[in-house]
Amino acid sequence: MCDTCGCNLTPGNRHLAFKPVAPGTTAVSVLKGLLAKNDDQATHNRAHFDRRGILAVNLMSSPGSGKTALLEATLTALKDEFTCAVIEGDLETENDAERIRALGVRAHQIVTGTACHLDAHLVHDALHQIDLDGVDILFIENVGNLVCPASFDLGQHLNVTLLSVTEGDDKPAKYPVMFRAADAMLLTKTDLLAVLDDFDPDKAEAHLRELANPAPVMRLSARKALGMEAWLAWLRSELAAQRARVKNGQTRRPAIQPDGQQLHRARA
Amino acid sequence: MHELAVAQALVEQVESVIRQHRAQSASLIRVRIGPLSGVVAELLANAFPLAAAGSRMEHAVLDLVAAPITVRCETCGAQTEAAMNRLVCGACGDWHTRITSGDELVLESVELETAPTLAPNS
Ligand SMILES: Nc1nc2c(ncn2[C@@H]2O[C@H](COP(=O)(O)OP(=O)(O)OP(=O)(O)O)[C@@H](O)[C@H]2O)c(=O)[nH]1
Ligand SMILES: [Mg+2]
Ligand SMILES: [Zn+2]
Ligand SMILES: [Zn+2]
Ligand SMILES: [Zn+2]
Ligand SMILES: [Zn+2]
Repeated sequence: MCDTCGCNLTPGNRHLAFKPVAPGTTAVSVLKGLLAKNDDQATHNRAHFDRRGILAVNLMSSPGSGKTALLEATLTALKDEFTCAVIEGDLETENDAERIRALGVRAHQIVTGTACHLDAHLVHDALHQIDLDGVDILFIENVGNLVCPASFDLGQHLNVTLLSVTEGDDKPAKYPVMFRAADAMLLTKTDLLAVLDDFDPDKAEAHLRELANPAPVMRLSARKALGMEAWLAWLRSELAAQRARVKNGQTRRPAIQPDGQQLHRARA
Repeated sequence: MHELAVAQALVEQVESVIRQHRAQSASLIRVRIGPLSGVVAELLANAFPLAAAGSRMEHAVLDLVAAPITVRCETCGAQTEAAMNRLVCGACGDWHTRITSGDELVLESVELETAPTLAPNS
């Protein structure tokens, strides 16, 4: 690997490099992921978390699927057990961070303006403005959007994708990139299932499996405190797993960020 | 519209290749893009001229090579083509598969214009 220009020559692709073309022209093989710069920053962010033994969880969903409501219920339930912090991403307003601060939990609001997703640089800036001392779990609430947040690694260890029962059980089939990225899928607002006759939780889960995603599926209602225990137990076990990794000098990337191996593998 | 952010990242990468190889400009930029990367080829093609305006690749041809979606089955070992929202094994139907192509977003190669008559030790 040529570190300076990103050339990545292997026996399989060497023939692509420096292919003679028209005089005065040189063809250069690069084979580098377009989001490499974001991914490098994400790796740096992950090192920040790992150094402090923090588990970082990225919450993604459509606008209004209940990310902040879930955080409110989760932070309240874990108040005496862990120290948590929250980074909020929204196009406009400090509202979500204020909802979190009202619970006595530290929160930093990123206002993205026109950007419909968080990226690793925005999160890094936020990391230096929020007190991470003693934090066990850092939640990042991404901008409500089922499309682009999935493409940008922030340095989190886990992606949690929420699907509220008012949105239709075929969302995973319509937004495969997002749902393939989930390390856990939460079906939210299940208190409304009784009044909605067309959302089948089993179908939503089947659509997720068709994306070859083995992630656990949890059904809950943050507002009515239904099914929260399984979610909290999952968080506890993931925090324990993160602590074990940190002890062994290992880390974990979220579900499907294409890894370097794959990007750089030879293509004939 | 994150394709503009992706186009800007592409322009930065190509710019650094131009610099590294002391070339004048880029004439052709080849990007391999799979549907599962989350980036839509047409939108990237539309965003590229905006990101490249005034740069040393503004006249370059952007060649977007569509990668097919293929999966390898962890149960039966078959390698088959798949649809974006149905990544199951085409041979046995099992969903325990791994993507072998279709989620990439890679700058594959760049054709550089080098100075035709570069005086030595100038
Ligand atoms: N019935 C019911 N409503 C809920 C539940 N959770 C959230 N809501 C409602 O859904 C709406 C949106 O909830 P939020 O938590 O703000 O959603 P969000 O995903 O954070 O929204 P954005 O940050 O704007 O993307 C609010 O009116 C909530 O009261 C739930 O479990 N049950
Ligand atoms: Mg919110
Ligand atoms: Zn090189
Ligand atoms: Zn976006
Ligand atoms: Zn840093
Ligand atoms: Zn099979």
